[in-house]
Amino acid sequence: MTPYIAMTPYMMESLVLWGLVATTAMTAILQLSQGLGLSRMSLTFLLGSAFSGNRSLATVLGFVLYIIGGWLFAFLYFLFFTSIGIYTWWLGSILGLIHGLFLLVCVIPLLPFVHPRMASEHHGVTDVRQLEPPGFLAMNYGYQTPFATLVAQAVYGGVLGACVQIQHAMTS
Amino acid sequence: MQRHGTLHRETTAPAIADYALIGDCRTSALVSCDGSIDWLCLPNFSSTSVFARLLDPHGGNFSLHPTQPFKSTRRYVDGSAVLETAFETEGSTARIFDCLPVVEGIRQIRPLREILRIVEGVRGTAAFRASIDPRPDYAKLAPSPKFRRRLGWSYAWRNEILNVQTDIELAQEHSTLCGTFSVAPGQRRYFSLSYCQSEPAVIPPLGGMADERLESTVAWWQGWSSQIKYDGPHRDAVVRSAVTLKLLCFAPSGAVVAAPTTSLPEAIGSGRNWDYRYCWLRDAGLTMQAMIGLGMKEDAGAFLDWMLHATRLTWPKLRIMYDIYGRSGLEEQELPHLAGYRSSRPVRIGNGAHTQQQLDVYGEVILAAYTYAADGGVIDKAGARMLAGLGEVVLHTWREPDSGIWEVRGPQRHFTFSKIMCWTAFDRLIALENMGVVKLRDKLAVYEAERAAIAKLIESRGFNSEIQAYTGELDGVQVDASVLLMSSVGYKAADDPRVRSTYALICQRLGQDGLLRRYESGVDGLSGDEGAFGICSFWALEQLAQRGEVARAERQFGHLLSFGNDVGLFAEEIDSRSGEALGNFPQAFTHVGLVNVALAIEKAQRCHDDKRLQ
Repeated sequence: MTPYIAMTPYMMESLVLWGLVATTAMTAILQLSQGLGLSRMSLTFLLGSAFSGNRSLATVLGFVLYIIGGWLFAFLYFLFFTSIGIYTWWLGSILGLIHGLFLLVCVIPLLPFVHPRMASEHHGVTDVRQLEPPGFLAMNYGYQTPFATLVAQAVYGGVLGACVQIQHAMTS
Repeated sequence: MQRHGTLHRETTAPAIADYALIGDCRTSALVSCDGSIDWLCLPNFSSTSVFARLLDPHGGNFSLHPTQPFKSTRRYVDGSAVLETAFETEGSTARIFDCLPVVEGIRQIRPLREILRIVEGVRGTAAFRASIDPRPDYAKLAPSPKFRRRLGWSYAWRNEILNVQTDIELAQEHSTLCGTFSVAPGQRRYFSLSYCQSEPAVIPPLGGMADERLESTVAWWQGWSSQIKYDGPHRDAVVRSAVTLKLLCFAPSGAVVAAPTTSLPEAIGSGRNWDYRYCWLRDAGLTMQAMIGLGMKEDAGAFLDWMLHATRLTWPKLRIMYDIYGRSGLEEQELPHLAGYRSSRPVRIGNGAHTQQQLDVYGEVILAAYTYAADGGVIDKAGARMLAGLGEVVLHTWREPDSGIWEVRGPQRHFTFSKIMCWTAFDRLIALENMGVVKLRDKLAVYEAERAAIAKLIESRGFNSEIQAYTGELDGVQVDASVLLMSSVGYKAADDPRVRSTYALICQRLGQDGLLRRYESGVDGLSGDEGAFGICSFWALEQLAQRGEVARAERQFGHLLSFGNDVGLFAEEIDSRSGEALGNFPQAFTHVGLVNVALAIEKAQRCHDDKRLQ
């Protein structure tokens, strides 16, 4: 049976914490996929390099922005949960998968057109635009990149969904 | 030196001396005189290879050469590590600039590594052929290139990517990219191989931006080499050695690798093929001496830091070698799928000698620290404690046998040179105590007594009065070139009668055509004879200079320099019959020897001139 749970102020408070936990888990999985050689995609670096041409600064800035972004996105997930009144880990994971697919299919391929330091296959490289574009499903960064991204997003959504589910189980 | 182009490389590998080194102080590549990059490891010196035709005809390479028969000559752009190879055909001349760009501003977003090759027409219109065939992981992989329109071609494997950017049209033939092009006088064609690992690739632009990278690389190297403190008659050779030494420094850690290659044979077909892409502590003292003598203070400080900090995991005991990051588990493996240089199997990676005990390394590290401190370098408290700890190990082990400086495999022995370096360890620790760098406290008297005990042992059992020479082993009858260093480390003066007679016997037994082998046949238990050992030949000259025979040393130094290749590079060994380079190439230790002889001659000449003025 799917639990129907109404949103409470207490849950809003824990959303702040769980949003951070979910973002941290997602970031860790993406970093791990890089470290294990599954993918060369670094969303944190891609994000940071949009704002700075200094590699060190771009890496740190990207990390901070990515964590904040993931945190804020948690509110959208909770809005969705609230709108249908269902909070479960599997619903969160499905939502994460859809979110990940949207990123891979729609958002990431747009990067060459909006990222100030990204080259494109149409225009080549310039003295500023030198970053490799991600390509379809970001597979330029490795064929396992979509898989790693979807797993990370599913874990992100799953953690957010699970948090209320666990709280409900503990309080009921 | 002029060489004729050979386009039938399937059957004959170029001579070892036909290669020149380019690099960025992180990794390096060997470029043959016919324009082929035949050796490249990415991203670092001791990483797996991407081009390994040096060790197998199908090991992968990046070739650029005229389509017509040609003659090639080459040089380094003055004071730099940028190689310029000129190709002359019947109707044309063109040149290639090869480098791994060094760009100021390490924080900029740039590829992890880049190889830049620029072909420039000089006379007539020259037709060239390009062929790029990366074979990653020691040629175990052959990734297919993928065309990315205006981004060029890319080879991807695991989490690594090699992008090929060029302004000529390339076509795919299996895993190889090929193309022909022509260059008119003044025209330039560009090739950039950029490499990234674990992150989105960065693709550097060609054209004017590539010209800028070449110019900034030349400027960086010339700025660096202009600070070399040597103005003697052999400045070109010394600067080339200094640049080569710098190329073999791994900038992120300060480590100095022995050579950038593996398994170039010490004798063709003999099996004496070892991996030298690691850092040997036995080289430390002399390397530091060369760095300080040349004024490479920053590199010397980084090298000492690496030595003191990279060895912490095994401290107070020292392994004989570490990798560029200080890791000591360098298990040896053979790569049976590689044919080996001129069929010299096996090709080895890692080094089985890493578990050996070599007592001389303690003395080498302490000597290096002393040399650095004596020149005004600062050793912090943690470093001083580490040095004192090394003294404790020497105190407890100097009476034990070891594998010696030459890493002789098999039962351990009492090598005379190991005892000399244990003496050096105590001697320099006492000196460092006197300088206020280390605190030995109650150990000072103990070390003084042990130093005397070692000297007594060497004089009684390390010197054979029948042959009037210090021998390779205690109570031995065979000589060993390593004992020539006893005057350099301060154990005995170069003009001591025992040292002189040892020098004479070493030259007699180990010498040929002004070159020295390191030991007599059969000492290492391996089959076949190896060539003359480059650095031993330089040690002999250093001793000559130290005892004031400047003219003789100078004359023989000129002779030794003639064994370098056309761009002044030396391998580990030299075939004393043919003069051919043997062993891994280029060898840091040999270039260290060259520098130290040049400095010793300069110093001796100065003393000689001062005496004449008085």
